[in-house]
Amino acid sequence: MYSSPRNRLMNWFSFSSPATFYPLAGKLIPLFWVLATLLGVAGLWISFFVAPADAVQGQGYRIIFVHVPASWMSMFIYMVMAAWAAIGLIFNTRLSAMMAQALAPTGALMAFLSLWTGAFWGKPMWGAWWVWDARLTSELILLFLFLGFIALQASIDDVRRADKAGAILALVGIVNVPIIYFSVKWWNTLHQGSSVSMTKAPAMAHTMLWGMLLMALCFWMYSIAIALMRVRVIILERESHSDWVKNLKALQS
Amino acid sequence: MSAFFAIIRRDLLLVFRRKSEVLTILFFFIIVTSLFPLGIGADSGLLRKIAPGIIWVAALLATILGLSRLFISDYADGTLEQMTLSPTPLVLLVGGKITAHWIVCGLPLVLLAPVIGIQFDLNSETLGTLILALLLGTPILSLIGAIGAALTLGVRGGGVLLSLLVLPLYIPVLIFGAGAVFASSVGLDVSGHFSLLAALLVLSLAFAPWATAASIRIAIE
Repeated sequence: MYSSPRNRLMNWFSFSSPATFYPLAGKLIPLFWVLATLLGVAGLWISFFVAPADAVQGQGYRIIFVHVPASWMSMFIYMVMAAWAAIGLIFNTRLSAMMAQALAPTGALMAFLSLWTGAFWGKPMWGAWWVWDARLTSELILLFLFLGFIALQASIDDVRRADKAGAILALVGIVNVPIIYFSVKWWNTLHQGSSVSMTKAPAMAHTMLWGMLLMALCFWMYSIAIALMRVRVIILERESHSDWVKNLKALQS
Repeated sequence: MSAFFAIIRRDLLLVFRRKSEVLTILFFFIIVTSLFPLGIGADSGLLRKIAPGIIWVAALLATILGLSRLFISDYADGTLEQMTLSPTPLVLLVGGKITAHWIVCGLPLVLLAPVIGIQFDLNSETLGTLILALLLGTPILSLIGAIGAALTLGVRGGGVLLSLLVLPLYIPVLIFGAGAVFASSVGLDVSGHFSLLAALLVLSLAFAPWATAASIRIAIE
């Protein structure tokens, strides 16, 4: 078949249809799982066996290899989720809204993980499970925003309306995230001074940085894999009336 | 613009015909703030310290209570649908409804706050700051809240969901509003807080009515 560049461009857009995206996602999922496993093994090896113990914090600091990637991913996923929601709202594409819906639980999980591991780190280092530090507080608020998005989508029966309402909420949230972050930061310095700061650690050893980067990449690949798996389920659920879903081999048993 | 004022007039008229709804919200505000001394103790030094936070949190909750009735009756009887179809831009009509909501639910809180501030032993200068901060802050609460109210129109468990959606977005207003009162009570400069509150007000004035109008269109289609 003759294929002009224009046709190739059209092919990219053809993946915005759930029917063509479903098999593509199925092919991509194992790839991202393999990447996540490889990066995770390498990252954990570096973070447990190669990276030296911290001069001040001893072995306990090693939780940052989970904590920092989880915090990064929670913020990154919120941005990606809002971007998909915006695309869905503007171009009225069904798949974008499904992607936003599929990302939200992973984002909430990452925010929760970040808070939980932060508490484990804080107890031996600060002597408290929780302090009203600016970063902790804004991470908690980010978790609330994720939960609000999930709750709003879950309580609207009409999926198209749920998508659009969720998209507006995500966009309002993304405008608010920097405002919330800076207000919490100023509130923090106003009320208790910056006695507690996560940035007090001296420049990190190279191996620590490598461990953290590899773990962040591992979390990233994991998030993509799990979001693709979830979006496949959402596609099946929403498109269950269509012919291509009824003709799927996996569902023929 | 006449449509804007007509909506305000209509909403106010509706409220005056059924005063109990609004009075309930005001009494909620008074009761919540009066409960704190009972729970914490009558130590006036401590009460003076926590007064800004308590009054602001109570104002937030009272606003949330009032929000659930912002669009719901108009949605139920089809008035909202007529508004989206009218030649006047929906943003203007929504702006009118939000303004009316603030006059009914926000302004009384501003006027009541000094009385409650006296209960918490705040001095006159701090009371002045409290009034000014609430005057700047409560319109923001109404504006942001309207987005949540429109998003949860006709949704299962709308009232509780509304607070889950809106309260996290209220955090900056709470921080700077209560921060201004606190700063004034310990003799610090409050102009920074007021500038930030005013900036938030301008920002929400610019965006919130549009987001609300878009949410209403989604709820109605």
